[in-house]
Amino acid sequence: MRVRAQIGKVLNLDKCIGCHTCSVTCKNVWTTREGVEYAWFNNVETKPGTGYPTDWENQKRWNGGWVRSASGKLHPKQGSKWRILANIFANPAMPEIDDYYEPFDFDYDHLKSAPDMTAFPTARPRSKITGERMEKIEKGPNWEEILGGEFSKRSQDYNFDQVQKDIYGEYENTFMMYLPRLCEHCLNPTCSASCPSGAIYKREEDGIVLIDQEKCRGWRMCISGCPYKKVYYNWDTGKSEKCTFCYPRIESGQPTVCSETCVGRIRYLGVILYDADKIEAAASAERETDLYDAQLDVFLDPNDPEVIAAARRDGVPEDWIAAAKVSPVWKMAMDWKVAFPLHPEYRTLPMVWYIPPLSPIQNAAQAGQIAMSDQMPDVRSLRIPVKYLANMLTAGDEEPIVSALDRMSAMRLYMRALSVDGVRDEAIAARVGMSGRVIEDMYKIMAIADYEDRFGIPTAHREQNEHGADIRGGCGFTDGNSCSTGESGKTTLFGGKKKKFALPQETF
Amino acid sequence: MHNFLFGIYPYIALSVLLIGSIVRYERDPFTWKTSSSQMLRRKQLIIGSILFHVGVLVIFVGHLVGLLTPIAIFDAIGISHGAKQLLAVIAGGIAGVMALVGGGMLMHRRWTDPRIRKTSSFADIAILALLLAQLVLGLATVFVSLQHLDGHEMTKFMSWAQGIFTFRSGAAAHIEDVALIFKLHLFLGLTIFLVFPFTRLVHIASGIFAPLRYLFLRAGYQLVRSRRHRPLEERRRAYDKVQAKRGPTATTPAE
Repeated sequence: MRVRAQIGKVLNLDKCIGCHTCSVTCKNVWTTREGVEYAWFNNVETKPGTGYPTDWENQKRWNGGWVRSASGKLHPKQGSKWRILANIFANPAMPEIDDYYEPFDFDYDHLKSAPDMTAFPTARPRSKITGERMEKIEKGPNWEEILGGEFSKRSQDYNFDQVQKDIYGEYENTFMMYLPRLCEHCLNPTCSASCPSGAIYKREEDGIVLIDQEKCRGWRMCISGCPYKKVYYNWDTGKSEKCTFCYPRIESGQPTVCSETCVGRIRYLGVILYDADKIEAAASAERETDLYDAQLDVFLDPNDPEVIAAARRDGVPEDWIAAAKVSPVWKMAMDWKVAFPLHPEYRTLPMVWYIPPLSPIQNAAQAGQIAMSDQMPDVRSLRIPVKYLANMLTAGDEEPIVSALDRMSAMRLYMRALSVDGVRDEAIAARVGMSGRVIEDMYKIMAIADYEDRFGIPTAHREQNEHGADIRGGCGFTDGNSCSTGESGKTTLFGGKKKKFALPQETF
Repeated sequence: MHNFLFGIYPYIALSVLLIGSIVRYERDPFTWKTSSSQMLRRKQLIIGSILFHVGVLVIFVGHLVGLLTPIAIFDAIGISHGAKQLLAVIAGGIAGVMALVGGGMLMHRRWTDPRIRKTSSFADIAILALLLAQLVLGLATVFVSLQHLDGHEMTKFMSWAQGIFTFRSGAAAHIEDVALIFKLHLFLGLTIFLVFPFTRLVHIASGIFAPLRYLFLRAGYQLVRSRRHRPLEERRRAYDKVQAKRGPTATTPAE
């Protein structure tokens, strides 16, 4: 056993209202710079839809993630090390910027500076790459918002696999849900495995996957390697960038920006202890439907004295062990089994998990005759097909999804009985294999979702491995060149322009 | 002048290449990159880039081996100068045409595609132009070489290059009487060495070392970085020792 800790994350899709506050606050903090205007470290997609970049889930097209060979060994789907290096001059699996969208802005200035004209001045779009006029915007970061576009295009959605999808194009049967996406900070990331420079790494202390901007050389293999397409190529700096899990905030015990600002309170952060020795075996599980269970098996029970002893021995700090015991992520993923990894079949063992959404009963007109099992609506008759959710969250295995939806609908029934009739109906809880006490805890965390219940983030322990004297006079956060500013006027000796790095000024 | 250009200039160029690259790597690691533009436009890049890179690499290795292998070795293993020259002309010619076609495609793309043009720096365009000019000159020398197939001319360049690398004075004298086109080719080649650290060419160095590290030094695929100074096994031993002394109540030891 080799115990490591990670700040895991759960998103409760049952409560996501698709407001994009997460995306916007993330963008304002991280990707307002030239070169990454098109990049959204966090984005929210409307499902069913092909997403951003287009069709990202289809690995037959993009070659992301891992494959298990006949001998049971894993290698990236885009190829083993030799194959990856053979593609170093031109990466055939890499998307083009048009697969995301060509970044643009509008000529707002024209609205106030236009001369006297017969027609009202308009703000027309202009490309942020070339600065040229764009006559037609073909695509945006959220092109399919609220079922935008024809069903024939949106139904290319990979999660419709083995679903009779035609009926969902009809108005009466249509369904939708939101899927906020960010880097999964995987236990077995393909981006880092594909990087020839070794610039991408996972942090031992908190599991955050980062790109070393000084080591990245722009070979671009991470972009095609990541099956979630969450590594972005900055066309200005020539380096790859990705979600940093707001590590400066996490290190000081604060939630990530997207989690902090989430209006629907759907985002949870908490410590998960895992056994690093089990990662390879779990990721190589033979059947794709086994991967979800295999990943559960990698997580370690923070209440098990043996695990605690091993964690201490491997240097997991006390407050991290304490945080693991009350981690909301552990509760939802392990205790209640309502959270699931996004596309476990990519074999990356992702660490951002999702609670599937409940949805209205499929046919309101038949609400009276709806299939009820033990006074509870049969979740299989809900509007969002269970198979669709299963394709997204459990590699197609419907059973865990049904059980999670049952528990969530039992929670509503139980709490309704409690608050309306004042009755603690243990029978409801028992039907889904839980107790009333657990359901009330579930309600507190999943429905009420107080700040303290959503986030259990211990601070980083730099004092254990940094000496104040060594970092005295250091540079803190810089723009990529360590302590060197490398500046002499506007350009540098070694190529191109360089932007001045300035910390944001606070004005009162 | 001849002695300066081919006796002293090579040392200037190589010194700038070496020292400049070290300074850039140490001082400005953020600028050390391939500057790939594939994200902005895939068209023409896939074929152009592969042709160009494969061609240039074959030529580069050919020049390296051909110029720097001591003449005595070729004599010892029985490869005549004429045969070596023929090999150089054929292999170099094919690779040269590949690189020229590929480079031409890349240049056309860089010059005419608005996205690439807008995001190119002066150095990006200039270095590609220099390389294309060098390829044209190199291919032009083939026609001169075909007029004397005994390989004698080629040994002059070998003597010169080896003279430079072994710090022998008078190396320039070896190529005093070669055709002008060879001299131009050599001069431009040295100039490319000179500007190497100031352009995107620095990615060549990473292109050589990164794959070696990736293939042979990285065990498995994953990389995990730790802030802690000591490896896990050592920390575990230290912890066990403290535990044994203090009894089971001890908590995590500080690093």
